[in-house]
Amino acid sequence: MTAIDPSQLAEAREAKRTRRLTRINKAEGWFKVIGLPFMAPLLRAIAGDDPRGQMKLLWQTLFVPILSILCFLGLWAVLAPKVHTSLGTIPGPAQVWSQAVALDAAADREAERRVAFYERQEERNAKLIADGQRDKVQNREYTGRPTYYDQIWTSIKTVFMGFVLATLVAVPLGIAAGLSPTVNAAINPLVQIFKPVSPLAWLPIVTMVVSALASGDGGMSRSFIISAITVTLCSLWPTLINTSLGVASIDKDLVNVGKVLKLSPWARVTRLVLPSALPLIFTGLRLSLGVGWMVLIAAEMLAQNPGLGKFVWDEFQNGSSDSLARIMVAVLTIGIIGFLLDRMMFAIQNLITFSDKR
Amino acid sequence: MAVLELSNIRKDFGSQTILNGIDLAVEDGEFVAILGFSGTGKTTLINLMAGLEKPTAGSVTFRDKPVTGPGPERGVVFQSYALMPWLTVTSNIALAVRSAMPKLPAKDLAARVQKYIKMVGLTHAATRRPAELSGGMRQRVGIARALAMDPEILLLDEPLSALDALTRGNLADEIEAIWEADRKTVVLITNDVDEAIVLADRILCLDPNGTMGAEFRVTLPRPRGRTAMNHDPAFKALRAEVTGHLIAAGAHATE
Repeated sequence: MTAIDPSQLAEAREAKRTRRLTRINKAEGWFKVIGLPFMAPLLRAIAGDDPRGQMKLLWQTLFVPILSILCFLGLWAVLAPKVHTSLGTIPGPAQVWSQAVALDAAADREAERRVAFYERQEERNAKLIADGQRDKVQNREYTGRPTYYDQIWTSIKTVFMGFVLATLVAVPLGIAAGLSPTVNAAINPLVQIFKPVSPLAWLPIVTMVVSALASGDGGMSRSFIISAITVTLCSLWPTLINTSLGVASIDKDLVNVGKVLKLSPWARVTRLVLPSALPLIFTGLRLSLGVGWMVLIAAEMLAQNPGLGKFVWDEFQNGSSDSLARIMVAVLTIGIIGFLLDRMMFAIQNLITFSDKR
Repeated sequence: MAVLELSNIRKDFGSQTILNGIDLAVEDGEFVAILGFSGTGKTTLINLMAGLEKPTAGSVTFRDKPVTGPGPERGVVFQSYALMPWLTVTSNIALAVRSAMPKLPAKDLAARVQKYIKMVGLTHAATRRPAELSGGMRQRVGIARALAMDPEILLLDEPLSALDALTRGNLADEIEAIWEADRKTVVLITNDVDEAIVLADRILCLDPNGTMGAEFRVTLPRPRGRTAMNHDPAFKALRAEVTGHLIAAGAHATE
């Protein structure tokens, strides 16, 4: 048996600690990007790096936000029962939570029903086949009520459809406007006029046009198309404006390099213009997705697209004693999903953004 | 034979005349330095040679053909490096090689890029982006990019003036060594008398009124390492002469 030198052991431990801290430092940027800024100081404190200093950071990044949320919940719980409406008092956090649980349970029940429906159908068909009545076999789709999760998913699909359409229009148009002052002069007045228009003003026009052009039975429902296009019309502008700004403000020296290299027009756009405008294009896209998500709820309410907007509207019309609590569940869901969408775009933006230093 | 010729050039910006009556002929294989105070139109002059700007009057010809725009046969090294910040060192140079030699097979292209990265001593940093490089390293990439395009003439627009004094001296020595090996025609714009004397065969002074001033031939033997030059009497005499002319021209302009 060899004796273990305690100083060597300590050295190895120290090296391990340094490695761990380097890894935490590297991950710190990502924690900030995904909205968990308290992770780095927390891990560092656990790893034993200046715990006292880390506590200060933790206080700001973790405890203060938690305290403020608790304060908000407390105020809400105290004040809500004092407001009387035709549907009873405003629900407090507890009632809203119980409605969230109820919506989840309803979704579970719906899923069970769906499974049971298909089981019955298969059983029936198997029996018919066994009896030699193959021509009587029928396969029907289950047509139950959409669950809360279905509605969330519909909203996300709709907003992305509108967002992708907006991107496909805004980015090329923005590049053209940024490259050519003439194009910019041509589209600028239109942008200025249409940018402030509310989705509620677009919706009737979009509804009429879509109703005239689309039959609505080609896989996508009319209400889906109407909501998505309304999102497109309202979320177009931030991307368009930021793209043209990003393209127009390319470093003059880099433009000169492009000239000396005699890049073809295509290479100029793909190798020079797009990469250098990318950070601003993504700023625009992030703003656009935020606007789109906000607009979507209003559009769904009026277009009756079966997403979160319709859920809120239906609950409002429904007017049961649980309605207000359910609407609040929807409000919180909308907020959290909006936050997640923004974080997602921010993460992508961070991945592709380069430092300004040349 | 003159490779690049400027005859009776005038350049106005608005109502202001920046350059006036410039006649200049750069011979094949020659290293010419154009020396002047800041604000005398040095950068404008090199932009005219590169074809990035057009003269108000007069003509720029390259191998007897008028210059109508920039092109890869006239490589430019910019004062501000002008590297694509989103590309690595390798990709920055590869972009230039690909545009200058579109028919080069991918394997030869990679080899060529590697060769020039090695020439400026950046093999260890080939995968880094400009933001991760020091100023001196960035300008090395700029020089490698210009050389890798195999230009017929190299136009250096104050390539070292954004660097600190030590890096500046070292890189000047390196530029001399690279030039010794390659013997390309070079036009260097600078405001540093020592730099001009160490590098050039011929020094042209650009006077503050935008006309060509005195011309000096540098006949010191190469290589002219900067440290050795500090004690060379011929170097010191030439430096005094050039500086004297510049100061006199500057004083004349402010009178």
